[in-house]
This record gives sequence, structure tokens and C-alpha cells, in this order.
Amino acid sequence: MSEKLRITNNKFIDQTSRISFKFDGKKLYGFKGDTLASALLANNIHLVGRSFKYHRPRGIMTCGSEEPNAIVQVGNDPSMTEPNTRATEIELYEGLEASSQNCWPSVNFDIGAVNNFFSPILPAAFYYKTFMWPGNFWKVYEYFIRKSAGLGKSPTKPDGDIYDHKYLHCDVLVIGGGISGIMAAKTAAKNNLDTVLIEDKNTLGGTTLFQQNECFKINNSYSNEWLMKEIQSLSSLKNLKIKTRTSLAAYHSYNYLLARENLTDHLDIDQKKGKIRQRLWKIRAKKVIIATGAMERPLIFNNNDRPGIILSSSIKKYIDFYGVKCGQKISLFTNNDSAYETAISLSKSGVNVNSVVDIRDKTNSLIVKQAEKLGIKIHWKSTVVNTNGYKKINSIEIIKLSDDGTSVIGKKINEKCDCLGISGGWTPRVHLFTQSGGKLKFRDKDNIFIPDKSDLDQLSIGSCNGDFELDDVINNSVNSTNKFLNVNNNDYENLKIISSKEINKKNIWLLPSDKPLGKTKPFLDFQNDSTAKDIKLALREGFKSIEHVKRYTTTGMATDQGKLSNMHALGIIAETAGVKMGELGTTTFRPPYTPLTFGAIVGRNVGEFFDIKRRTPIHEWHVENKAKFENVGQWKRAWYYPKGNENMHEAVQRESKAARDSVGILDASTLGKIDIQGTDASEFLNRVYTNAWSKLEIGKCRYGLMLNEDGMVYDDGVTTRLGENHYIMTTTTGGAANVLSKLEDYLQTEWPELDVYLTSVTDHYATVSVCGPNSKKIVSKVIPNLDLSDDKFKHMSFKNALINNIKCRVMRISFTGELSYEINVQSSYGKSVWEKCFEAGKEFGITPYGTETMHLLRAEKGFIITGQDTDGTMTPVDLQMDWIISKKKYDFIGKRSLYRSDTIREDRKQLVGLLTDDPKEVLEEGAQIVADINKKPVEMLGHVTSSYFSPNLNKSIALAVVKNGKKLKGKKMLVPMKNKNINVTITDTIFLDKENRRLNA
Amino acid sequence: MFLINCPYCGERDQSEFSAGGEAHIVRPKQPTELSDDQWAEFLFMRKNIKGVQFERWNHIHGCRKWFNMVRDTSNDKIHTVYKMGEKPPIK
Repeated sequence: MSEKLRITNNKFIDQTSRISFKFDGKKLYGFKGDTLASALLANNIHLVGRSFKYHRPRGIMTCGSEEPNAIVQVGNDPSMTEPNTRATEIELYEGLEASSQNCWPSVNFDIGAVNNFFSPILPAAFYYKTFMWPGNFWKVYEYFIRKSAGLGKSPTKPDGDIYDHKYLHCDVLVIGGGISGIMAAKTAAKNNLDTVLIEDKNTLGGTTLFQQNECFKINNSYSNEWLMKEIQSLSSLKNLKIKTRTSLAAYHSYNYLLARENLTDHLDIDQKKGKIRQRLWKIRAKKVIIATGAMERPLIFNNNDRPGIILSSSIKKYIDFYGVKCGQKISLFTNNDSAYETAISLSKSGVNVNSVVDIRDKTNSLIVKQAEKLGIKIHWKSTVVNTNGYKKINSIEIIKLSDDGTSVIGKKINEKCDCLGISGGWTPRVHLFTQSGGKLKFRDKDNIFIPDKSDLDQLSIGSCNGDFELDDVINNSVNSTNKFLNVNNNDYENLKIISSKEINKKNIWLLPSDKPLGKTKPFLDFQNDSTAKDIKLALREGFKSIEHVKRYTTTGMATDQGKLSNMHALGIIAETAGVKMGELGTTTFRPPYTPLTFGAIVGRNVGEFFDIKRRTPIHEWHVENKAKFENVGQWKRAWYYPKGNENMHEAVQRESKAARDSVGILDASTLGKIDIQGTDASEFLNRVYTNAWSKLEIGKCRYGLMLNEDGMVYDDGVTTRLGENHYIMTTTTGGAANVLSKLEDYLQTEWPELDVYLTSVTDHYATVSVCGPNSKKIVSKVIPNLDLSDDKFKHMSFKNALINNIKCRVMRISFTGELSYEINVQSSYGKSVWEKCFEAGKEFGITPYGTETMHLLRAEKGFIITGQDTDGTMTPVDLQMDWIISKKKYDFIGKRSLYRSDTIREDRKQLVGLLTDDPKEVLEEGAQIVADINKKPVEMLGHVTSSYFSPNLNKSIALAVVKNGKKLKGKKMLVPMKNKNINVTITDTIFLDKENRRLNA
Repeated sequence: MFLINCPYCGERDQSEFSAGGEAHIVRPKQPTELSDDQWAEFLFMRKNIKGVQFERWNHIHGCRKWFNMVRDTSNDKIHTVYKMGEKPPIK
């Protein structure tokens, strides 16, 4: 460590605890309390990165979240490494390893820097304009652009850290722990309001914490001494919760806010393990007080981006808070009074201040007089026109300004320096205010946007509200806080405040130069390398909206989101276009205020907890029997059960054959089940299904098709009448929740007069489906007392039964066209009933089958699957299911839509069967169907919706939707694939057992 | 994120609710007697205005009741909520 750059009498940094860290592989030392940035500066390291486009050397420029240049990669571990972190916000810890980004092979020798010399041909939107054509060359361009640009490296392994979410409710949330935030929080807490104060730094106090200057006193104490006593007094307040290292990320409507708390980032590496790294707070506050302060602006002049050019207030923080000198010979360049505070601090700490260059005419404020008294040289009415030094600034060029400030006059003065502090005035941090929907107004006096109107219960105080001087900050904050909280706090009445007042104000967005603009590089967005020239070019090319200029020039689109110099961009646009800034407005501030880690966003919802997994009561059996599973919504359904080395096709062929030749068993527990009761249950079903339900006898089942009001098929399933006023409806697995919601909607809003109650019982019952010619023999073994004879237990009917003493419902229904029984039993008995059936079926070679075989078997029979053969554009008529539409019913959901001019068109896409000329050729689902491949453009008539090789028919079968398909039966079509055209014939949708003989086999 | 005052449960976070579009669109009692245009008016036409709007909401992860809301879409201010079947308290 370069001891020369540390001052010793510092109360914020513990200079007894030395910490070692690595930057770009080099071992360095800092102290506890340092940030990575302050430690690097103490080691005389300014050059920490390269800019995005021109790869210009860049140094630390700020001391906070607005840092555009000192963006580093932290950590080497492939699961822990984090890109794009701001060195100014990283608290130093033992073992920290960080490296520069956007440079190759190293920050000191960066090949991409040749872009700097080509910059005359790299104007705004150069990439957009140049790499447009030839289109197929993009792949080549992309490779090089990505390699040479690009920011940090993403981690390649899963994040090993723990993240957490928590809710917080409070009466008052105060954002920002500077002087006004502290006073507001104390006022709220003392008045019995449940108060939370959050601060993104590790200490409270803001900039006042190290403001020790004769020009700023409260009750005869330095402002920092007074504030420290205030901070100490907070600990006795029971209603106050203080959260430091907590950054407010987002401010949504109804005072809902998200804040990220850093819990371990500042700890030494060996102390981080096993602890929660970050916590995302979800806050609902009755009232919100925003006290987020202000950011210092840079100044825009030629070569204003060199390492060693730092915001003046940051230089002050480095010297007064961290005890670090940013240089030995520092020059300052300003348009306002605050740089003089820096000059005084530096001078008192023994740093040589060359001069202050001030664009204003001579001014006599308290602080300026004090600086003059210390012998600090001031260049009034002057500007810096250039800086020199490639990797670090070594001199500046100063010229007098003309009276109107648009040009420079006189002789150039060269001043040697190793650091330049710049101050272009202050920008209130209004980001959170605007995120919450607040509207800004422009204040011409000092060219700032300040909060105007908000619909929320919120208040902005302090410098984020445009109060910059100590007495204004205190008096206005106290008054508005008391009014806002409706309290009478007189702790802060009659404070004796001394504050230097700024007398003279002047602002020039783009400072004049002795060279034409085209020959200069006045940077606006330091990270994205956009200059004032780029903005002007965009305006010349016709961009008018600020949002368009932003995207075209990428100004404000870097990771700092334009915090630093968006105001200058707005100013230059307004000036060039001749509009008022208030009318121009700002770009939209969007959350998060500072970047959030993915970890903080997802919290605990990772891995196993990412989504709910629903398993049937029989799941374990499937696992034990080596089932492969497929996801159906959140359900894990048995897909197929491979035997030995069988692949999916072989297993499905075997299962399908077994179900038709002897017997198969399927776990159908996932089907949605809705219990419907009430005296109007039958009428209700009449209204929601297309077919008639009033005459369904008790103990009978019926298939129903449900439409949307637009006439399109929505869901289907079998509903059983259990009693006079009692039905049980089944829905598709994926549609269960939506169907229940839709039915509830109609019951509550359209037909409240109906006496009907709906209860989801999907999880209450397990369903075992036994299917195939031998199914009757098995069920009779499992339930010997049940009469299964065809005349006593007909197809589409149901019986209550007992297995041992357990009640079950047996439905004789079929989704495969085979004789089959579905046994419904209380979930907890599901597995034992399944095992009983399996045991009873062993002598018939009972075969468990999964969803894939189920789909194949139903396709052989031409039964649809809603969502696979339908897509929300199919009516029952399109599906050739006219038979299910009741002609007698006056109304049902979607009925009127079935004869709209569009739905009665005959050339709509309709469901048909397809047979390939080559019976071995299996079509791809989703493949297009055409009639004429030679007529260009080729007309797509439809597509394949379901396709299988049927082992029972020994040929390939498919369902498809085809334009005018009903009339095309027997016609030849083509399915064009990548390497060939497949010849197909349109057929009926039913491929097997058209007469339904197997149902009673 | 809104704070919604469910008429049955009280104030709850928006994440418990789902929005159900414009309110007070009555399903025609005799759809079969409507022309295509009249039916389309019911089926498709929605206002989606900037300003005060009447909306349907469902406390789907709570009591599952549907209710109506008067909300200003320009600033998300919820003026009032009321039960299904009740007349809107403001015009």
C-alpha cells in the first residue's frame, strides 16, 4: 500500500486491521471499512476498466451506485463469480478477488483499444447500421462483436449461495439514512409509529457524516458532530428498525416496495459459508418517506473520461471518510459551490490543490471566501477544454469563457495535475418517486427535476426533493415531515443553523471548446461510450423522442442506467432541438434502482422448490416399477413402463397390444374431478355442456363437451349422476383448475339464482382404470359382490361398491374403446386397490400402461384430446362431433357462436384421419399438409395433431386438421418433410372397431 | 402491486387475486334471437379506457368470490369494491 496516499487521523476506517485482497491477480492491502474502490485508490490504482465501445482506459469516477467505470468481476469460483459489480459498493473483506472487465488480454494492454483510433468511423448506432447486411453474414459479425464487447463473465455452475424472502409491514418506511432521513425516522418513531429506516451503505449519516466545516454548523457544533449525536439517540427508540446495507430496488403502487439486504457480502470469505447471502424484503408501508439524496453531475468537455477524473464530492468522501487521497496534485473544475468544500477538505488534509476552475463569474459565498482565505487559486469564468494522459490524467488545459458562455477566448493555460475533481451540480435521486408513479416538474433555477404530484401516501424530503443547503434541508424536512405524519415534533425547532448559501448559479450542458465538436470527445454515458456528438447526430438523423434518442445512441442504457449523466443528455437534446427541458421530460425510470442478483429475486424457490410437483397416491408403485414420467401441468404422470432394454416405442407398442388383447391398467387419478350438488345441478349442466342432461338417469354416465362463449371447444370429460341432485364431473388433467374457475364464474356472476355447489375433489380420489377384454374378470375378483353382467352393469353407468369395507365408485366407461372399468376410491386406498387389481390380473398378464399408450389407444378410436387435437379454434362441428350438440336446448355456453358467419363457413379446418400410403411411415405431429406442392406459394391446408404407429392395426395412423377436410375424404395429400414428401390419404377419424363391438366384448 | 379490499375478506395483496375484465356486461338472456353483430358486441367488444373503469376481480387464492371494482387505470387508484349483483356505487 502506498502509505503516502493515506491520512492517519481518520475515525471511520480502522487502520489497525489490515485486509489483503487481490485485484487482477495482484495482492494488495486495504483496511476494514474500505470499499474496493477506496482501497484501490489508496494503492494508487485508478485504471480499473475499459469502456464498452472504444475500450478507452477508465478509472474510478464516483463513490456510489452511480459508478459507470469501475465495474468488476468478483470471485473466480465458477458458481460464485459475479459480474458487473461496482467497486465503489463492494466492502473490502479478507480474501476478496476482483478483476477488470471488458478488456483483453489485460486492462493495461487492451487490443480492443484500436477502436479508439477508428472512432471517427464508429458513430452512434454504428453496429446497427453496418452489420445489417448481408443478412446471412450476421453470424460472423456476431462472433467478433460478442468477443470484443461483452461485459463480465456469467457463472457457469449453479449459485451455491442461500437467498431469502421476507415480508415487512410498517406504518412508516424511510428510505435513505442521511440527515433528513434520520430526522424523519426519529420523528415517526417517537410518535408511536412503527418505523423502518433503510440505508444502502453500511453506516447511517450520508454525506453530513463527514461534513466538518466552519460553514456548516448546527447549534454551534459542526454538522457532523450534531448528526452523530442524533444517530446515537436512535438506538433508544423502540419503534424504530434500522436496516443498513439494504438497497431499495423497486417502489410499486400502493406503497409496495422491494428492498435487497446484503447480509454476508462484506464478511471475510471463511465467514460467509452457510449463511443467507441476501434477503429480499417485500414491504407494505402505510406511509413512505423518500430521503434518497442527490447525485453529483459530471461536466461535459473534451476527454472528460480519463482515469483520475473523479466527481468532486467523491474525492471529498475518499479523503474525509476513507482517509484516501485521490492524488497529490489535485485540480477541481466546477459550476457550483460544492467543489469548494472538497478543496477545503483536501487543503486541510495536506493535499496540494492546484486550482479551482469555475465557469461562473466571481462569487462571494461563505464557502468560497473560506477557500480563498486558505490560499486556493481560482480561475473564474473559465473552462477546462482538454485533458491529457492516456492511462492517467497528467494535465488539464484551461481557457477563459466568453460572456455568453458559448465559446472560449484568450490564451490556454496548461496545468499539471494527477487528479481532476469535477462538479456539474446536483441531480435529486427521484428514481423511486417516479417508479411509484409520481410526476416530476422541472426547476429552471438549478436545472433539476423534482417531485411534483403523487397519488400515493408518500413524501420526498431533503436533497432528493431539491433542497441542497443545510438550513433548507433541515427546516423543510422537519416541516413537511410533521405535516405528513400529522404530528407536532418540536425536537428540531429553534435549531441555530449556519450554512453557506450559493449565490451564483450557472450551467452549461456541453462546455465550449477551442476545437470543433467533431474533433473532441465529450463523454456523456461513460460506460456505453456515447458522446455529445452522438446525441447531436441522432437529432440530425431525425430522432425526436427522448426515448428513441436513448435507444439509438444507447445513452443511459448501461448497467448504471444513466444515473450519472442522463441529465446532460436531456440538456443537450433540449438545447439542440430548441425545446424546454420540462416539456422534453425524462426517460422512464424502471426498477430495480440498482441491479439485483437472480438469487435475490428467486429466493428459496430454486431446485426442488421451483414449482409444485403433484404426485398421485399410486406414484410410488410407478417408481418401483421403473415407469418413465411425463409432466402434465404440475402432475408427474407415468408415461410408459419400459421392460429390460425397451425404448419408448417398443414399450408403448407392447403396452398397447396388451390392453387390447388381454388387459391393461392405468392410473387415471390426475383427471380433474368436480363434485356438483344442489337442486339445480341438472339445469346447470344443461347450460355448461353442449348436450342435454336433464334426462340422464341416476347411476348413468355421459360424455360432455364444454365450449367457450365463442363456440370453441374448451374441455371435455365424463360426468356421472350419483343422485337426484348430485353429479361428479371429470375434466382433463391440465384443465381441472380452469374449468372449476370458469364454472364458479358463471355460477356467481351470470346465474346466481341457481342452487348449485361446486367442490374440487381431484385430490380426494384415486382412479384405477382396468381396460381390455379381460377387465371384467379382474374386477369381479377384486369386488366379488358386484354384479358385472352386461344387463345389470351397462356401458356408461356406475355402481357403488365395497372393496373389503372400503367404499368405492365403479364407472364402466372407456377412453380406449375397450371394455373398461374405472374404480374410484379414497386417495389413501388408491395404491392398495391398484395392487389388488394388479395381483388379480397377473394370471391374464395384466400390463400397466402410461399416458403414451393411452393416447395411442384413443387415437385408434378417433377420440380427441382437448389441447392436442384442438387449439382453441375448433368448434364441435369442426371436430365432426355434431352429434353432441343438442338441437332442443334453448341455450348453453357458446351455442350462439356456433352459427356466426365465421363458424358456419364450410372451409374451416376440420378434424380428419390420415393414413400414410406407406403403412410403416409415421408422420410427425405438427407437420404441414398440402395438396399441391408445385403451385407457389404452397398453400398450407392444415397440420397433423396426433400420430402413432398402431400395433393393433399394424399401420401408421394420424389425426389432423385440414381445411374443408370433411369433404376431402379419400383425397390424396402430401406431407412435405425436410428430405421427402410423404403421400397420405384423408380418411375417417375412427380407425378401429367402428361398430363399438369391443365395448361389450 | 395493489392492496385490494376483498368485500368478503378485507385487505389482501394483489397476488391473491385475478382480474376478469370489464364488469357489467350482462350475458344476453336470449342469445339465439340476436344478430351476429349484437352477439359480437357482447362477445368481443370491451372498452379498455384510460380513466375510471368498472372491472371484475376474483379472490382466486382466497375466498374464490367474484366481485366488482372501480379502478382508475391511469393511476391504478381503486375507488371502491362491491359485491356481484350490487349496483355500482358511483357512476
